[in-house]
Amino acid sequence: MIGQQIINGLMLGSVYAMVAVALTLSIGVLNFLNFSIPGLFMIGGMAFWAISRAGVPWPLAILATLGIAAAISMVVERFTWHWLRGAEQFVPLVSSMAFLILFEHLAVVIWGSEMRPVQLPFAGADWRLGKLIVSVPQLVGLGLSFASILGLSLVLHHTRLGRGLRTIAEDSDTALLLGVDVKQLVPVVFVLAGLFAAVAGALFAIDYRQVHPFMGEAIGLKGISAMIVGGMGNVWGAIVGGLIIGIAEVLSVGYIGANFVDISVFGLLLLILMVRPAGLFVGLATERGGP
Amino acid sequence: MSGYFEGVLVLLAVNIVFAYGAFLPLAAGQLNLGLAGFAAIGAYAAAYASNSWAVAPTLAVLLGGLVAGVVALAVAVPVLRTRGIYLALATFAVGQIVQATILNLEIVGGAAGYPVAAFIRWPTIAAFAVVIVVIMAALFATRFGIAIRALHDDEIAADLMGLHVRAIQVAAFTIGSITAGIGGGLYAHYFSFIEAQNFNIALSITVVLYVLLGGTQSVLGPPVGAAVFTLLPELLRGSQSWRYVVFAAALIVLMTLRPQGLVTSAQLRRLFTVNRQPNEIAT
Repeated sequence: MIGQQIINGLMLGSVYAMVAVALTLSIGVLNFLNFSIPGLFMIGGMAFWAISRAGVPWPLAILATLGIAAAISMVVERFTWHWLRGAEQFVPLVSSMAFLILFEHLAVVIWGSEMRPVQLPFAGADWRLGKLIVSVPQLVGLGLSFASILGLSLVLHHTRLGRGLRTIAEDSDTALLLGVDVKQLVPVVFVLAGLFAAVAGALFAIDYRQVHPFMGEAIGLKGISAMIVGGMGNVWGAIVGGLIIGIAEVLSVGYIGANFVDISVFGLLLLILMVRPAGLFVGLATERGGP
Repeated sequence: MSGYFEGVLVLLAVNIVFAYGAFLPLAAGQLNLGLAGFAAIGAYAAAYASNSWAVAPTLAVLLGGLVAGVVALAVAVPVLRTRGIYLALATFAVGQIVQATILNLEIVGGAAGYPVAAFIRWPTIAAFAVVIVVIMAALFATRFGIAIRALHDDEIAADLMGLHVRAIQVAAFTIGSITAGIGGGLYAHYFSFIEAQNFNIALSITVVLYVLLGGTQSVLGPPVGAAVFTLLPELLRGSQSWRYVVFAAALIVLMTLRPQGLVTSAQLRRLFTVNRQPNEIAT
């Protein structure tokens, strides 16, 4: 059944990839590890569940979820970036962690802490290819995550917005001198990252048919791992990293035993960080570590 | 003293000890997100020593700190080759590896947790915290403390001034980890039961929050941050989740209003100048 395992791993990996893209965008452009992203992933999943439970058709529910995520990302930008300029190196990171705590417990207050099943009309749609089972929503999710990452990559390379973002990634002071409107573009980075995280959360809800307020934490750790494997700031690296982590997780749970998965995954990460800090794939990203 | 207040006091003391563990590397400009791992090593080593070898609990706690320090030293040399956000993530990976290893270590109970037979009473734990505050204050009055500050402000300039940057960083990281290990040992011997989940990434993160809330400029920052973090949720009424909501919101607002932390060196200077010249002000 290795074929089935790999398919499952790819599905899981595509969710990780989207979270990794959100994280890598923030690191690549702003050199900021934004811990509110796992929170936005959870909000994506839970808001989608809550809105579609209220009887809203799912395409509208996804749109509403994206709107909520974008609005929240703007608020996060004010508190972790805009009003914190001149603060110490790690302060934005700390504020973003506080946002994660805030989101999780707010979700508990609003929706309760139990696991909620997600019911969807097309839940039973599966394709059978010989012995392999491919669930159609998962396949759509995989396609959607590839398409949105491709879209992001095109935006980064072929638009004025993308040029601006890449200039800020090189050096935000120089970008300002060159006439890039940094104040306007930074919120765009937050909103893009927030949208990717929220879409990943909604996809997770559709794929695995359950949501709960702390669903972001484990995914956040996997997303960070995927981002490191792919090289921080590298969008295509993030997708490859996500797929590798997803497949490795499913295979090692199946073949090595769940107990040793964390030791091997994080041991590998540590090794990559020390031997190849720019990630396994040399790409468009600049190597950045900060002073 | 009632059980409730005693529990809060012990938690405050342990949190202050943990806070210094994160403070030392942060004061030198490094973010250690694997602190919980070193606290876990200290806790398990101390608990194992007092359980299996019948070592006196206070001695076991110091031994736990020492073991955490040895592991930190072994880890620091390769890990501190990375810097900035890479260093933070490398230490994060170390913390996760320690937690996963403990989960698979049957000799200390594995996933089932590890009961601790010996008990340390609250006055001893409070004394440990006070002694650590004093040691840290003394340490930061020495050349080493000044060197750490210099590194924090400008690594290249510190290097040019003849400071051995790597050695100071390794020392800050290791001493911080010893402190975290001692905190872990104290925790283990008061609460009588430890499990790997006590020492997850959330602990590393909250301890860093204590320090950044208190401020990294002054040695008095960590206790202030730890006190706010320990006492504020206790003071808030309502359900557990509401407490956290209010608390996180307060944290975000505080960081926006005072990104440099609650205690700054300029503030302390002002405070001490007033104290030192009461006559001039009086006249």
